[in-house]
Amino acid sequence: MPFTNEQLERYSRHIILKEIGAKGQKKLLNAKVLIIGAGGLGAPAALYLAAAGVGTIGIADADVVDLSNLQRQVIHSTNDIGKRKVESAAETMRAINPDVTVNTYYQFVNSDNILDLIKDYDFILDGTDNFPAKFLINDACVMAKKPLSHAGIIRFKGQLMTILPGEGPCYRCIFKNPPPKDAVPTCKQAGVIGAMGGVIGSLQAMEAVKYITGVGELLSGYLLTYDALKMEFHKIKLPPRGNGCAVCSDHPTITTLIDYEQAVCDLH
Amino acid sequence: MADYNADEKIDITDVTCPITFVKTKVALEEMDEGQILQVHLNDGEPVQNVPRSIKEEGHEVLELTDNNDGTFELFIKKIGD
Repeated sequence: MPFTNEQLERYSRHIILKEIGAKGQKKLLNAKVLIIGAGGLGAPAALYLAAAGVGTIGIADADVVDLSNLQRQVIHSTNDIGKRKVESAAETMRAINPDVTVNTYYQFVNSDNILDLIKDYDFILDGTDNFPAKFLINDACVMAKKPLSHAGIIRFKGQLMTILPGEGPCYRCIFKNPPPKDAVPTCKQAGVIGAMGGVIGSLQAMEAVKYITGVGELLSGYLLTYDALKMEFHKIKLPPRGNGCAVCSDHPTITTLIDYEQAVCDLH
Repeated sequence: MADYNADEKIDITDVTCPITFVKTKVALEEMDEGQILQVHLNDGEPVQNVPRSIKEEGHEVLELTDNNDGTFELFIKKIGD
């Protein structure tokens, strides 16, 4: 389908790029990305992916917008407090770009629903805030062979890796199991600087755009860490895939999805 | 005027930078290697910028003809796919 004049103008700064062009923009318009978590990471990622014209964006979250979210979850506004995060996020994305179809999933991911959730998407973005979800998403993406951007943020630190199942190492290759319950504080307990979600979530959106358009080199086989206080980025080379990994080696010991217990972290 | 048989023709006199280049680029992307695109464009900024940007993309500018009415005809040969 040819571009409308409005689309030529909207996406002109992409189309001008030699690496993207009209072909790349069409790939974006035909792409489907699922964002799990409409919080600190998912909010900026969703904004950039919607603005970029990713044709179908799924967003999954079972929370409602809370006043304490607004310091970093830039897709939600003060007027959205009490609203389902997925609805608030969808409204913002649709307002930015009517080309985008937004699918909302008002649910937390678990071993029963995740494979069904990810199956129609080309790229998965993990914007969750807890280890059980991160291991579940990694394992499901490995089993379903879905490319995944993993990320985590806490305090003044963030990390990122792109997982291409069957090609590069997965999250479980590096971090074998979730830490013991309550051994690691959550954002709620530890705090997180607001712009950290913007930095790392935007990098996740960038990886999704690069994967869809086939441009450049993905952060597969590497872990990127960012320390805002020291203003240091490190790109750490990871060992190759599968080397004894419980889920992505050629002889995995984990073949069904696991619901790890969530840390109890409410500090009201 | 034209010594070339254009395979496609576009008129970009109704748009300004950068849409002038965007429309030219998109038209070229949808053509085959070796085909010729004829672009009708305004004097001034479009004539200065579109041929240069198209060369930077690796295409061949065959000819730029002045229509003597404030517009030009630009003939581009598509290089690469």
